[in-house]
Amino acid sequence: MSDGSVTTASAVDDTGTGTRGRSLSRFVPNGSVIVIGLYLLFLMLPIYWLVNMSLKTNSEILGSFTLWPQDLTLGNYRTILTDPSWYMGYVNSLIYVVMNTVISVAVALPAAYAFSRYSFLGDKHLFFWLLTNRMAPPAVFALPFFQLYSSVGLFDTHIAVALAHCLFNVPLAVWILEGFMRGVPREIDETAYIDGYGFGHFFVKIFMPLIASGIGVAAFFCFMFSWVELLLSRTLTTVDAKPIAAIMTRTQGASGIDWGVLAAAGVLTIVPGALVIWFVRNYIAKGFALGRV
Amino acid sequence: MDKTQNNRAWFLVLPVLILVAFSAVIPLMTVVNYSVQDTFGNNQFFWAGLDWFRDMLHSDRMWNALGRQAIFSAIILVIEVPLGILVALHMPRRGFWASFCLVVMALPLLIPFNVVGTIWQIFGRVDIGLLGHTLASLGIDYNYTSDPIDAWVTVIVMDVWHWTSLVALLAYAGLQSIPEAYYQAARIDQASRWAVFRYIELPKMQGVLLIAILLRFMDSFMIYTEPFVVTGGGPGNTTTFLSIDLVKMAIGQFDLGPAAAFSIMYFLVILLVSWVFYTVMTNLDRKDVTR
Repeated sequence: MSDGSVTTASAVDDTGTGTRGRSLSRFVPNGSVIVIGLYLLFLMLPIYWLVNMSLKTNSEILGSFTLWPQDLTLGNYRTILTDPSWYMGYVNSLIYVVMNTVISVAVALPAAYAFSRYSFLGDKHLFFWLLTNRMAPPAVFALPFFQLYSSVGLFDTHIAVALAHCLFNVPLAVWILEGFMRGVPREIDETAYIDGYGFGHFFVKIFMPLIASGIGVAAFFCFMFSWVELLLSRTLTTVDAKPIAAIMTRTQGASGIDWGVLAAAGVLTIVPGALVIWFVRNYIAKGFALGRV
Repeated sequence: MDKTQNNRAWFLVLPVLILVAFSAVIPLMTVVNYSVQDTFGNNQFFWAGLDWFRDMLHSDRMWNALGRQAIFSAIILVIEVPLGILVALHMPRRGFWASFCLVVMALPLLIPFNVVGTIWQIFGRVDIGLLGHTLASLGIDYNYTSDPIDAWVTVIVMDVWHWTSLVALLAYAGLQSIPEAYYQAARIDQASRWAVFRYIELPKMQGVLLIAILLRFMDSFMIYTEPFVVTGGGPGNTTTFLSIDLVKMAIGQFDLGPAAAFSIMYFLVILLVSWVFYTVMTNLDRKDVTR
């Protein structure tokens, strides 16, 4: 099986550097730019509107309909960045997301290696059972999680949310990493063992650098799904570990919703994601195929 | 398959097992536990057998929610999969614009679910939203909080906005893996654009498209936060999907028994459909490898 994936991998490399772009373009109709342009416009408009609102004062938002801020203000952002009860939400979110990413990837690495290299009793069933956890609706787990973490005294801590998110991130990380590890020829393992490397030494020193892009992709996905999830993180926290996405709901005050601050908070939740995407942009396509291309 | 038979590999899987047992098996057993018991408060529980399951199977409420959910997921798949393929076929293959497209397209995927809801809630409002305001000034009577059809359209367009990129990125990855020789052969045969798509691109994308359909099915079937923020399940119950109904029942009304029975049946439906997809997918994987 390793042979098959190696040949595909090298085929991609050959064509990637060769005549691909030029000859492909003959097959791409002229409408491409229009299709992509319209699609990107569709994606960007709602986000533009959010950014636009975040730079307006509330009286301008409610008083008149303007396509761009007439009276540009950064006051909404200032409100958020100077108030600990606001910006601690970002800190909380980042803490549990990073914890979750580290835990998920760390436990998924050896397991993915086992699935990609060995056949053992019950391996296929085990793999599917792991995947079923990715399929479990968070709504099913919300209440039991609440009771479980309350009873072990972890309620409203970062680690509780990080562990809860492992429910869907660990299976995903195993799935992605297994796909990438399959592409590494087994001869490398065997040679290393003959050369006298122990398993741990080989794994950290030789194997992990080989699948570095896979680890990056897995970490990206763990980050992504932990960052966007709200149902579980909101159920498991009250004050100390409350994520920013849950804090946003409090803009609904007695005098109506504070739209400007709400929009600014929304914009700030998009920023970390955008930064992460920028760093992994060259691996995104392969990553979304979970290493199976 | 030339994998080595080695049962000691279990030790490598052990950390995952312990972690997932803690975060999945224990909570799932709690749910099973509730589903067969009744309570009158005070932490006193009585054996109820399969009564809750029988109740739920005869409850219109659950069947209606399931029906809405099935229609929603079907519409989502019918729109997002072809649209995603279309976008992927038209994406630039390399250079700056390819990176640019990838980054912009991945952006909606990294926005927290409730912020997605908030964005569309604002965007669709007639008084302050660009979409709502534009539609209103065109004379279209649009109000997603009171008109069921408008609410459905809003929720579906939102989901298309949110997730089509996932399908597109997967399909794009599949397209990138097609060797140039295939296209050359097609040119020599003077194959039409459609033939190239049907006999070269589609078969090569099959694997990743199955992943895309599987992910989109699972995630649309458990959608909660986005429609909840935008419509709150309303107007009436028209956008109350399974998860929204479940949370309402379990946390809002604290009907633990019925909610637990509901959960288990819900999970089983997802499991069944996903198992079919997964079997097809692994069979394809194996075919690829032996080829």
